[in-house]
Amino acid sequence: MPLRQKILAISLSIGLIILIFDLVRRKKLREEYSWLWMLTGVVIFILAIWYDLLIFITHLVGAVLPASTLFFFGIFFLVLINLYFSVKVSTLSNQVKELAQKQALLESYVDESRIKKEDDAGS
Amino acid sequence: MDNKKAEILVIIPAYNEEKSIEKVIKGVKESAPEVDIVVIDDGSTDNTAKAARKCGVKVISHSINLGYGIALQTGYKYALRFPYRIIVQLDADGQHSPTCIHSLTNVLRNNSVDVVIGSRFLGNRKYSGSWIRKLGMKIFSVITSLIAGERITDTSSGFRALKREVIDFFAHIDYPSDYQDADLIILTHSAGFCIKEIPVAMNERKSGKSVLAGTKLIYYGFKMLLSIMVTLLREKPHKKREKIKCLCVKKF
Repeated sequence: MPLRQKILAISLSIGLIILIFDLVRRKKLREEYSWLWMLTGVVIFILAIWYDLLIFITHLVGAVLPASTLFFFGIFFLVLINLYFSVKVSTLSNQVKELAQKQALLESYVDESRIKKEDDAGS
Repeated sequence: MDNKKAEILVIIPAYNEEKSIEKVIKGVKESAPEVDIVVIDDGSTDNTAKAARKCGVKVISHSINLGYGIALQTGYKYALRFPYRIIVQLDADGQHSPTCIHSLTNVLRNNSVDVVIGSRFLGNRKYSGSWIRKLGMKIFSVITSLIAGERITDTSSGFRALKREVIDFFAHIDYPSDYQDADLIILTHSAGFCIKEIPVAMNERKSGKSVLAGTKLIYYGFKMLLSIMVTLLREKPHKKREKIKCLCVKKF
């Protein structure tokens, strides 16, 4: 791998890891959502410094250029991350649904109680 | 306000139906004065809730729009707080004729049936939908009939009557938020409930737009096929569940 490419890959991966740490530190990103991003940064870093491993994986997957392997795994990670977030969004949708239903039923009960109380006070 | 002493509860899920809701409620009151009515306002941005309250019925409002199915499920959860034995659901757009409420409930009372679906295709009734929509409905009707072992002609009909046991089941499952269709009928059948269809009169909608229009039809076909497949692959649900704590008066 040419030196400039290596420097770029290492800088980007370190930058990504630092950014994720900072987001978690500032509570902009929850720990449970950060691990896949962190993994992506670490994998890019390892492949950038350990060129032989990248060559080995390139041969293993049948790619011609090491850069193709990097792109392939990059896209694969993005797909995984999207899938992970789709699962999380589905869970959150269910939780929002449960909460909104409970709130609507509670509100109706409170209204009923208030009307009953007013009726009792009036009679 | 209703005093919840009736045997039947009519659930009307409504989203932005201020133009038709009043007429629908009046229709129900005229056709079946003995029933209780609850309108589930699914986060409407117009005066649906206000119009319904004016008619003197119970209104439960979602603070956000959650979808037709979830509005129905809120209605089921509400119904479980009271000793209703039969629940009838009908749409707020005026498509379902309240005069057929008794036809549905009578079948539930007189037969060992748990769910009665009002079909627009049974009898000599004409349906004016696009050919693609008719084709989609036909395919799902055939699939559902084959799996359920009972002729189901109108899988997408929202005009249904259900026994309390069924709403207890529906209140505690991951109820579909958009379409109450073939997948739900198959799920209900696999839970051991008996389903029957009867012919009902359906009117042209008074306002609003069908949920099965335009590109949504493609999504509907995909969603339904996927949902049917996963329903068949999942473990059979149990209709008799342990009593789950619902919102209870004593809790306050």
